[in-house]
Amino acid sequence: MNFELGEEQVMLKTSAREFLDKECQKKHVRAMMDDEKGYSPELWKKMAGLGWQGLAFPEQYGGVGSSFLDLVVLLEEMGRALVPGPFLATIVHTGRAILLAGSEQQKKEYLTRIANGDLVMTLALTEETGGIEAADINMKAKAADNHFIISGKKLFVPDAHIADSYVVVARTKGGVRKENGITLFLVDAKTKGIKVEMLKTMTGEKLCTVVFDNVSVPSANVLGTVDKGWPVVKQVLEEAIIAECAWMTGGARWVLETTIDYAKSRIQFGHPIGSFQAIQHKLANVAVEVEGCTSLTYYAAWTVTENDPNRTVAASMAKAWVSDSYKHATFEGVQIHGGIGFTWDHDMHLYFKRAKHGEIAFGDGDYHREKVAQLLKM
Amino acid sequence: MDFSYSEKEEAFRQEIRDWLAKHTKELPKWWFDRKLKRPDSDSREYHDFGIWWHKKLYDAGFVGLNWPKEYGGRGATLIEQVVFSEEMARAQVPGITNTIGIGWCGPTIMAFGTEEQKKRFLQPILKADEIWCQGFSEPEAGSDLANCQTKGVQDGDYWIVNGQKVWTSGGHYSDWSILLVRTEPEAPKHRGLTFFLLDMHAPGVTVRPLRQMTGAAEFNETFMDNVRIHKSMMVSERGRGFYVAMGTLEFERSGIGAAIGRENTVQDMIEMAKEMGKSKDPLVRQRMAQLYIEGNVVKYTGLRALSRQLHGMTPGPESGVMSAFGMEWNQRAYDFAMQIQGPYARLMRDSKYAIDDGRWQHSFLRSRGNTIETGTSEIKRNVIAQRGLGLPRE
Ligand SMILES: Cc1cc2nc3c(=O)[nH]c(=O)nc-3n(C[C@H](O)[C@H](O)[C@H](O)COP(=O)(O)OP(=O)(O)OC[C@H]3O[C@@H](n4cnc5c(N)ncnc54)[C@H](O)[C@@H]3O)c2cc1C
Repeated sequence: MNFELGEEQVMLKTSAREFLDKECQKKHVRAMMDDEKGYSPELWKKMAGLGWQGLAFPEQYGGVGSSFLDLVVLLEEMGRALVPGPFLATIVHTGRAILLAGSEQQKKEYLTRIANGDLVMTLALTEETGGIEAADINMKAKAADNHFIISGKKLFVPDAHIADSYVVVARTKGGVRKENGITLFLVDAKTKGIKVEMLKTMTGEKLCTVVFDNVSVPSANVLGTVDKGWPVVKQVLEEAIIAECAWMTGGARWVLETTIDYAKSRIQFGHPIGSFQAIQHKLANVAVEVEGCTSLTYYAAWTVTENDPNRTVAASMAKAWVSDSYKHATFEGVQIHGGIGFTWDHDMHLYFKRAKHGEIAFGDGDYHREKVAQLLKM
Repeated sequence: MDFSYSEKEEAFRQEIRDWLAKHTKELPKWWFDRKLKRPDSDSREYHDFGIWWHKKLYDAGFVGLNWPKEYGGRGATLIEQVVFSEEMARAQVPGITNTIGIGWCGPTIMAFGTEEQKKRFLQPILKADEIWCQGFSEPEAGSDLANCQTKGVQDGDYWIVNGQKVWTSGGHYSDWSILLVRTEPEAPKHRGLTFFLLDMHAPGVTVRPLRQMTGAAEFNETFMDNVRIHKSMMVSERGRGFYVAMGTLEFERSGIGAAIGRENTVQDMIEMAKEMGKSKDPLVRQRMAQLYIEGNVVKYTGLRALSRQLHGMTPGPESGVMSAFGMEWNQRAYDFAMQIQGPYARLMRDSKYAIDDGRWQHSFLRSRGNTIETGTSEIKRNVIAQRGLGLPRE
């Protein structure tokens, strides 16, 4: 047993930190909030050059062959830097789905291009209910000969406006058991009948509505097995949750460290405010919470790497804890910075907003606590 | 990073399981049946029960896991200690006794004591042949431990000690105590203390039980009236007592066992909630799950701190963090257990209709002391902030 990062993980972390300190400064993050695309294709290419997009894909698909745990180390750094763009959507939400369920040919075709930085993808999952249960999937895909016809609307799809292609989750069969009858499709974004509309968000991250109007998808583009897509979605969701937790943990750590630095340097009443107990105890509490984020997130990531049966509960535990903790860290982060913390110019609000965004993504604390209660057979 | 166990560790786990499978049935029925009556926590009967079980664990080689072999320990790795704690928690059997002796006093003697002291004291501590307590706190010295007033004056080969300690847990059945005494009244207060080993049966030592809010008297006042302590019972040097005591506190706050086993409390609470018909209440489910998650935060953060130690690093802020957080967890958990019971929460043991013979009530009350003993939560947060996060002192 060893809970420390390995040598290579430390190297990955350090080099990612250095790279992002240079290439993804806050002025870039801010610029991308108002940018049409919302990301920099040049930066995307540079990251691919470092092997980031393909980090956790096997070598035969153009990847580096590292583990999910290694990916989590990288995601933490990206979350710390608030890297704008479709990384999670491409690598985790869809890339992992293709890796899990794709045919050999699909994996070669898609993963290789993702790893090269040539392909941006996203997962079209949620609908108007906003939920992530099987029952929330109601968009229909009707089988015809050699193809399916998809009609309906997906909501809150990240980065759909720039994605070259989507993994679309649709219902191919009705019935009482909602887990049955769900199918995954690989859909080219330029297919006739697809309309994308961008939504204005709090963080400036790009969420879209994607309307499918009698979109025809060849049967060869089914990802996995017809009607049996839900277990794949479930596992991808678990991985997406853990990835989100890593991203958030990175942000929470930035908030903690930045606030500690400020508390050491800001003088009031002739003393650094960090010497006041009211401030010290707030920070001690945030430190407890952030340490917990790291502990639960790494444990959860390890369960993915090892295909451990505790993965489901580990993911929910992590998401519940990290959702609350990141939010609390940014709340206290603003408080301890005082007036300056409330300004647009200070970076704290970027994290304050990202914490809210992350809390809601893939189920908030209450949702995941209920999951844990179910898993405990309560 | 790797959360799995090695073959050797798994073999050790099996050894513990085999042992437990054989010996668990020797435990009295009341230990497992929440409905049956158990002896009072401060009673001789309970104490003797603890010693009886302890000796079994000792004979099996499960006591003093982290102690070096030369002092009768097992020389186990930190991970083996984790495995042991996990298995004990899983089987829900009682732990060792003489915890203050084994966890805090013994390691202090190992780190700071003379060869002679190690030879004389360590073995009986492990066997629980001699029970130890901690004489640090005084009426005027709690959080501000350096303010101890108990006075020691040298008289030939002896020190004559006068004064009073307070909150001495287990003092009423202890044979020995670690003791902080002011020997250099002229020196600055942190440099004026000396660390002694006190024979609790020596003439002039009086132990008076103090009743806690639980109704039990687990701690005491300890009075010293011209008690003679031989100079060979001094640990480290004159005037170094405060620094030795700080070492003791580190042992006190970093025990790994405390990080493990909270899942079991939650499982028990779930059973109780089911019996009370409350397990479908969404609020109850939320809070139960939260406690479970927090229990895992304590566990995995504790393991991370341990892992740092294992790799020769100083434990990060995680260790202090978990001491305070774990103690507060106990309070939240038992308060919640009371809430689940509704009107029944008011019934104490021996009462008709009391749930599980009132043991939740006892835990609720006992846990109130948790954020005071081993240092208050406020002090622990100061330590995290100042030593862990590097914030300036006021
Ligand atoms: C169940 C139990 C068992 C114990 N067993 C033992 C034992 O075996 N041996 C032993 O020696 N002692 C024992 N103690 C004593 C314990 O260590 C002390 O009670 C504790 O250190 C606090 O000291 P105090 O009671 O004097 O409170 P005080 O130090 O007077 O504290 C009172 C309040 O002031 C706060 N406070 C004090 N200083 C600060 C500060 N700098 N910043 C912020 N807040 C501050 C405290 O947090 C607390 O809330 C035990 C206590 C309990 C409750």
